[in-house]
Amino acid sequence: MSGSRKLLIISGMLLALWGMGFGLYYALFVEHQVLDKLGGSLATSFTDGAKGDLIAAHASLQTYSDTQFDYVRSVDVHSHWIGFAILLIVFGVGFDRLGFKESRRMLLAWLLVVGSVTFPLGVILQTLDRGIVPQAVAALGAGLVIIALAAIALGFARTEGN
Amino acid sequence: MEQAKTGFEAMSARRLLIIGGIALIVTGMIFGDVFAVFVLHQNANKIGEALIGVTDAVAAKDSVAVIASFTNIGGLLENRGTKVDTHVHVIDFGYLALLLALIQPYVALAKRARKRLAVLFIIGAVMLPVSVFLIHYVGLAHSPLTTIGWASILADLGGLLVIIACLGELAGLWRSARGARDAIPEDASLKDRSWASRALLTGGTLLVLAGFLHGARYAIADLSEHEANDREVLEEMIDRSAIVQTQIDKDMMFAHKSVETYGTLQAEKAVKIAAHSHIIEFGLLAMLLAFVQQYVFLSERWTRRWVIVMLSGSVVLPVFVLLEAQYPKWVRLIGGTADFGGLLVVIALIGMLVGVLRHGGQLDARKGARA
Repeated sequence: MSGSRKLLIISGMLLALWGMGFGLYYALFVEHQVLDKLGGSLATSFTDGAKGDLIAAHASLQTYSDTQFDYVRSVDVHSHWIGFAILLIVFGVGFDRLGFKESRRMLLAWLLVVGSVTFPLGVILQTLDRGIVPQAVAALGAGLVIIALAAIALGFARTEGN
Repeated sequence: MEQAKTGFEAMSARRLLIIGGIALIVTGMIFGDVFAVFVLHQNANKIGEALIGVTDAVAAKDSVAVIASFTNIGGLLENRGTKVDTHVHVIDFGYLALLLALIQPYVALAKRARKRLAVLFIIGAVMLPVSVFLIHYVGLAHSPLTTIGWASILADLGGLLVIIACLGELAGLWRSARGARDAIPEDASLKDRSWASRALLTGGTLLVLAGFLHGARYAIADLSEHEANDREVLEEMIDRSAIVQTQIDKDMMFAHKSVETYGTLQAEKAVKIAAHSHIIEFGLLAMLLAFVQQYVFLSERWTRRWVIVMLSGSVVLPVFVLLEAQYPKWVRLIGGTADFGGLLVVIALIGMLVGVLRHGGQLDARKGARA
């Protein structure tokens, strides 16, 4: 097995385990509490509205909005890490068919692996810090994945038939 | 001998994973179609009605009714969420099963250990989504815990079985990388460069790229705006309902209009995310199918036909799902076309499953004839 295939398959398996482990941890220890907080803050905002206290209602909506922001990103990160893991393994299985030399295949494999790790990492970091750094990490990861995917599509199209 | 070479003998890990994987994907897609037709839209309408009830309760200063309506909405959201999760997990486990089948040549474990891992994986892959589906119906009945019920516990157990199976496969890969020799030999499926295989690989990669670009565009251009609008419309809903508390004629038109806007916003978000995830998943599926061509016993002409059917359906479904939000007047026609795209993919998959079963049957018959 070539080095690029090994890199993609083993990285993919590790990333799948990491993504599933993250999902299991999130489902067991975080998700139920977050869902309670989401439903609770939204209901509270409307009950405050029913009492005519619009300041309290808006404050509860802010809590709802912040919790929703974190929840969406946590669930997205879980599904994106696993999705990328599957993509890495699939490419790993057939990477030798790419119409490029092994050195170029290795470079593409690294681009895809680094992008697959850093893009969701940047997204989950946004739950800790909403500044520019996590967004830059996510954008960098996404850019690497896009470049790698475009090159891989070209490589598969260049493959000669049987 | 031929079966042992490809690792595709009866009840082998590879055959279990390929047939189990395709069956899981077909089941998940049919479940998704049934869910979309019979649950999704009806559920969204009920949530809209419950939200109108919430605004009416706010206007009537009735906090108890507000809580009752939210409890109702919570139930409706759980119903929808668990069904979406079931659909997604069945299909994703199907993909993972196909992947594990493909990497079997690099899993240096004894034949029996590989088969046990495959069975463990399939048990977990069925247990998790079935349990998730039951969460809404079982609730907290007889649960030893205060926050999660038996269905959630069993779902987590299913997930754990899948993780254990993947860890076992990873150990096999590790042994293979270190030079252990009990891996099955690599077969021609990974070197197959037939027209069908190349079309599926290139088409699949392009679909994934298109889905990723669409997702990036959504994250940059729409996500923050949707999140801000989400909060803004909810605030409007409360404010407009609260204003009515002091009015004599109790006109709820503006508050109800906000509920309508909120529904439109949620629908827009949902279709954009659905288009993103479906186009990527179909791309992955196309690539996976490229690698199992060797196990599909069909004529060249039929193989090409179902490749075209598969790729056409993979483009039609997400594109028309996206168009649903842009042309609400034509939603039935556009939604129907999107469902037709899904049907094309299901037909192509069933065709392939039949081809795989025929291939297995052919190998078994040859073995029987020799014996």
